[in-house]
Amino acid sequence: MTDVAIVGVGLHPFGRYGDKLCLQMGAEAAQAALADAGTEWSRVQSAYVGSYEVSNPDAVVSWLGLTGIPVRGVFNGCATGGTSLQMAAQAIRHGEADVAMAIGFDKHPRGAFAADPSVIGLPAWYGRTGMFLTTHFFGTKIQRYMHEHGVSAETLARVAAKNLANGSITPHAWRQKQVSVEEILASEVVNYPLTRYMYCGPDEGAAALVLCRGDIAREFTSTPVFVRAAELRSRRYGAFEVTSPSIPVDSAPSPTVDASRAAYEVAGIGPDDVQVAQLQDTDAGSELIHLAENGFCADGEQEKWIADGATEIGGRLPVNTDGGLIANGEPIGASGLRQVYEIVHQLQGRAGDRQVPGNPRVGYTHLYGAPGASAVSILSR
Amino acid sequence: MPQQEVVSEGLFTWPSEEPSLIASRRDGELSFPARPGDETVLLSRRGTLWGFTTQQFRPPSPPYDGNDTPEAFEPYALGYVELPGELLVQARFTESDPTRLRIGQEMELCIVPYTIRPDGTEVLTYAFAPVDEKAAS
Repeated sequence: MTDVAIVGVGLHPFGRYGDKLCLQMGAEAAQAALADAGTEWSRVQSAYVGSYEVSNPDAVVSWLGLTGIPVRGVFNGCATGGTSLQMAAQAIRHGEADVAMAIGFDKHPRGAFAADPSVIGLPAWYGRTGMFLTTHFFGTKIQRYMHEHGVSAETLARVAAKNLANGSITPHAWRQKQVSVEEILASEVVNYPLTRYMYCGPDEGAAALVLCRGDIAREFTSTPVFVRAAELRSRRYGAFEVTSPSIPVDSAPSPTVDASRAAYEVAGIGPDDVQVAQLQDTDAGSELIHLAENGFCADGEQEKWIADGATEIGGRLPVNTDGGLIANGEPIGASGLRQVYEIVHQLQGRAGDRQVPGNPRVGYTHLYGAPGASAVSILSR
Repeated sequence: MPQQEVVSEGLFTWPSEEPSLIASRRDGELSFPARPGDETVLLSRRGTLWGFTTQQFRPPSPPYDGNDTPEAFEPYALGYVELPGELLVQARFTESDPTRLRIGQEMELCIVPYTIRPDGTEVLTYAFAPVDEKAAS
């Protein structure tokens, strides 16, 4: 199989940017990725562009140049960025392109995502009675998980405090302020047992990657990062999923479990080999559950892992070293590519104050989102 | 007695002394709400609490159409009730204090108003109530 390498990464920092156009942010992230690869848009032969709010994200080529190449819009819920990565890698493997880009951007209004339930095929009453929200799913899932596996509220707060501390040493993070475990526990409850500081917020921003055939990677950089696996899975019957009025009593594993297992198999790399990870932290509970669903620990071991600082920079598996979604917010189209941006920086040894020690070689990214899709990538030098 | 209407026809049996949620069956698998065209099945009225959370802020409106305001919004609890051998059903609960809910406790279906229209009409939806609370009230 053709090797695929990431040879350039770019980011428009996530946050709030007033009237600035979302497409402009996307173009700037793409230009930054091209500059990082030491190349130009004219070299790119295929592009995948992800967004939720921009209905024709391929309009970004108006900024980059009208070169006539195939450009495809991508939307796959919170798994959009991982989907764009996977599709760009496939374009190279299938021979459509030697050089391809994955670009993502979004600009969300403030507050919880709001939509009519008909967009996912649910009846109007589900929205009218206050059920059509993603946030309470996360509250219910972690409440049940804590009960079954002995995870404490303090552990939830420690995860949020760790991500905010990592944000405070990440120059491009949206949230730069450390918050103590006590303050996180005392902040207002959003969906019991999750408090305000345990949630990410929707915001604005963009990220982009330049990918190429592995055998030409060194034309662009001396430190290519190879895509060992990029797998996507949707939910199976019985999975406990967001916005479900009912769920079968006999449960199936989350699509995260399926995507993760597939990625390990494709890569020939196991969870013990991973040295730095990005896990979807829509909320602190999600990060804890995703540690187990991605195979890094058994259900219930999180309590000890977090108490020991295992997921902090310098721990056995640093997670969300740039602060993750909790410190960066979630522009849906870009979020997964921000994860890759961070892993690439870590594997290339250029993550500054948040650099994971020991010269890590293998990194991991994971997305999960409505209505039940997960994307996992395994990257290595 | 104020004027009442249901939020959606076909969601639960009403009016009824002992209302039930209306599910459907296809190839042996149950679905709630019922899928059009499939055989309908009335679900058990009692089950056990599977997991819960609270909704502390007013949901985005639309689609939420409660007649409250962000300031006057009354938080509610919600989650899943396991109806043994049938389904986990997502529902609002009549008890809004999470410290008074526990996984495994018995819950019973009830029909409650969730909003009142400007003309005074109460709009009814389904909820589950802790059985103990119901007995005490």
